[in-house]
Amino acid sequence: MAEKVGGRIGIWGWVYAGRYGLERYAYILHRITGLGLLLYFILHIFFSSVRLKGQEAWEGLMTSFSRPLFHFGEYLVFVAFVFHALNGIRLILAELGFTLGKPARPVYPYRISLDRGRPLFLILMGIAAIFVVLGGYDFFVAGH
Amino acid sequence: MREVTLWSLHLLAGIIVLVFLGIHMGVMHLDAIMGVKEPTSWGAVLSRGKGFLFPFIYLVILAAGLYHGLYGLRNILLELEGLRRVGKPLGWIIFLAGLALFLYGAYIVIAASSVS
Repeated sequence: MAEKVGGRIGIWGWVYAGRYGLERYAYILHRITGLGLLLYFILHIFFSSVRLKGQEAWEGLMTSFSRPLFHFGEYLVFVAFVFHALNGIRLILAELGFTLGKPARPVYPYRISLDRGRPLFLILMGIAAIFVVLGGYDFFVAGH
Repeated sequence: MREVTLWSLHLLAGIIVLVFLGIHMGVMHLDAIMGVKEPTSWGAVLSRGKGFLFPFIYLVILAAGLYHGLYGLRNILLELEGLRRVGKPLGWIIFLAGLALFLYGAYIVIAASSVS
């Protein structure tokens, strides 16, 4: 794919550029959720300022946010946070060298960092799935 | 500041946000499971705004969250070919925008602690 556009694939590099594994797509989703959370965070700062206008203004805003579309959007923010946080734990551990294993000579059968990294990734995504289900229960079943 | 220092602060801010925003998400969005009654009601918001602990935690989340998010945004933007050439001015624009947001957010937190 890189050869098709002279080696510069730009934003398409977020979709595919050859031999992308699970962890690469997790990293891309990490960036997408990060941008979404940043946008929500900035909006949150402005919406929180309604607090200073008193009880009536605040309750009016909360009534607007209780509408189904906003409620679902809030759930997506929660899911984005859960994924970003748990994948972020994996990235921090990898950045600090904890899940990479000791360096070894490349003798067959090769041991690569994915041998350690993939189980950790799956465990963290399993925990994320549990939180997503719990959040779904709280948002849509137990009442919010 | 050296890039490695900025990156290390990004990781540290991420850990801070993980802990404090995780608690905030639990209280606000897992309230039925955690037994918190109506966290967004006026009374609950009022009681959380008073005292020292919650406003302090909100300021910490504000600072760490803004730094972590805006540094991430800066890194994503700097990967774009056209913007790499204006890396330094872009960094300053993002820093000033973050500072403005932090000052506005801090004003809201501090002013809210005096609203009755």
